[in-house]
Amino acid sequence: MSTDKTSASKDEHLVENPEAAAAAVTAVDPRLLVREQGLAGYVGEFKRKMRAGDLGSVPVVIGLIVICIIFQSLNSAFLSAENLNNIAVAMVATGMMSVGIIFVLLLGEIDLSVGSVSGVAGAITAVLTVTHGMNQWLAILIALASGAAIGSLHGFFFAKIGAPAFAVTLAGLLFWLGFMLQILGENGTINIDSEGAVGKLTTYYFSDVAAAYGLATAAVVLFFVTTFLDSRRREAAGVPSRPLSEIVLRTALLAIIAFAAAIMFNQYKGLPLALLLFLLVLVGTDFLLRRTGYGRKIFALGGSVEASRRAGINVTAVRISVFAIAGLFAAVGGLFWSSKIAAANQSAGAGDLLMNVIAAAVIGGTSLFGGRGRTWNALLGVMVITSIQYGLALEGIATPVQYMITGGVLLATVVIDSVTRKTQRTAGRA
Amino acid sequence: MVHVSATPVLALRGVSKRFGAVQALTDVELEIHAGEVVALVGDNGAGKSTLVKTIAGVHPIDEGVIEWDGKTVQITRPHDAQNLGIATVYQDLALCDNIDVVGNLYLGRELKKRGILDEVEMERRSRELLQTLSIRIPSVRIPIASLSGGQRQTVAIARSMLGEPKLVILDEPTAALGVEQTAQVLDLVERLRERGHAVLLISHNMADVKAVADKVAVLRLGRNNGVFEVKTTSQEEIISAITGATDNAVTRRAARSNGEAQK
Repeated sequence: MSTDKTSASKDEHLVENPEAAAAAVTAVDPRLLVREQGLAGYVGEFKRKMRAGDLGSVPVVIGLIVICIIFQSLNSAFLSAENLNNIAVAMVATGMMSVGIIFVLLLGEIDLSVGSVSGVAGAITAVLTVTHGMNQWLAILIALASGAAIGSLHGFFFAKIGAPAFAVTLAGLLFWLGFMLQILGENGTINIDSEGAVGKLTTYYFSDVAAAYGLATAAVVLFFVTTFLDSRRREAAGVPSRPLSEIVLRTALLAIIAFAAAIMFNQYKGLPLALLLFLLVLVGTDFLLRRTGYGRKIFALGGSVEASRRAGINVTAVRISVFAIAGLFAAVGGLFWSSKIAAANQSAGAGDLLMNVIAAAVIGGTSLFGGRGRTWNALLGVMVITSIQYGLALEGIATPVQYMITGGVLLATVVIDSVTRKTQRTAGRA
Repeated sequence: MVHVSATPVLALRGVSKRFGAVQALTDVELEIHAGEVVALVGDNGAGKSTLVKTIAGVHPIDEGVIEWDGKTVQITRPHDAQNLGIATVYQDLALCDNIDVVGNLYLGRELKKRGILDEVEMERRSRELLQTLSIRIPSVRIPIASLSGGQRQTVAIARSMLGEPKLVILDEPTAALGVEQTAQVLDLVERLRERGHAVLLISHNMADVKAVADKVAVLRLGRNNGVFEVKTTSQEEIISAITGATDNAVTRRAARSNGEAQK
């Protein structure tokens, strides 16, 4: 494309016009953002980001540590392997739905129907397998496809017809709740086979200690190799690369967390299947959002719809697909939910589930205004919310107080987000 | 003027455009050569934007001929214009604030390797392009939101250069820019000319026009009201052509013959 021609003309330019050539050499303004190589540069970059209000996940991580300290001091059972294991499994249902919500939030839109859609998916699977005796895998497939189809329908009304997503999905919230109650029928609760695929989702553990350690090792090695190779490629291409010391530091940090978690899981029942699936989804969606053209389109739409349209992005198609993804993950979450309560019942997808899903995404650091966020935010956010729930439950504190505390945490997050946004604006980064 | 070619890159011959009852353009003539900056000026409602949109393929012309490299062409869709090698930088820049400079430069035409974004190659080429155009920005990996208005404008122009267009249309590139940023953008316009691109510059700012343009084409009420060589024309002459208060050859001659008749 353009490169060969530009580089050729650059050379001739250099000969023709020495002043311009001198300017070209300092094309990158030396006053700003030029990072020293090595560890010092890394620390400097980190400090600069903090000052500029680019906090990233730091507040959530601090919040998580504070939560652990408080609950551990109240009850020493909080940091026990059993409790942490239960948290790790319980958070997956909400977390999966949060991943879907993050896609929608990246567009700067909202999907209020995910709770009801998750209930529908659970109900469909239960009705098809238990009442109609269908093959469980086929039933799961149908449930997931229904979730995606429902999402596309919402997306169609939003993207093609132009109705506000808020209103469309609010209608969806009510409609699909009714639909779920309708298909569940008279008695309202269908118990599922706890030995079936759905039942196993939250009850299966890889009891072999090698599983957890193997996963931790694989994650660390994979992380190191990919970042190292990427850095080498960048170096070869002559663009700024991560220094080796930074890669080693990051890998070491990941290794500490991964192996601590693995040791913890192995002290109880082993690596939970639910968590493994959640991590795989996070890695996959993160890759989709940050490394593919499709993900770039989603971010672009979250930044400026008009710019995306002019760049030739099919706005309608991307919007519909994003709502389909939200519906799909709502359905996935619904399956985990019915696995957790071993049934599909009338209260599935109701109550505080929707609020928790959105709160998890926002607490994790996803912007409500679109264009900013990662699916890993779902993990951090849902860890905070579930830890609070389990910590309070250990203390025997009732649900009303749980709601109030979770509400308080959400408010605190939004306040931090708004304040840092102001700082970012003054630092010219928002 | 650096190497100006004989055949114009783009020539409009007797172009007319009508919107319902409004005759927006009437018999407009315009020629732009490679390595030449032509400023298109005119008062509000003179038809500048309409003319640009006909060239960019947003509004197909009703009458007249568009010639590209001497050959008659049909431009009926934005796509046609892009395929010919016409890049348009609109006034609202159409950049995504949340995406970094590299991402914005390659938005909608990302380089991929086995389906995965090739960030390294995009970054390398971006740096090369910005360096060639001597564009100064703090880093190619910061979001557009962190850049000043002038820097954004230069990024938007650089983005139009990625397709190696023959003609670049800049719609009010210095409106809303400070002194320093305006100078940067004007520098960039000159660099485009040095590299042999034809540039059509729409501007309200006479100082900018005088600074970088080779020719000034004046539109008034949808018609040509003169094409001037910038070097030999005073600012007052251009302004009076814009406002219609022209003491031009026609009126002078009319006045003279009137005077003679009276003698």
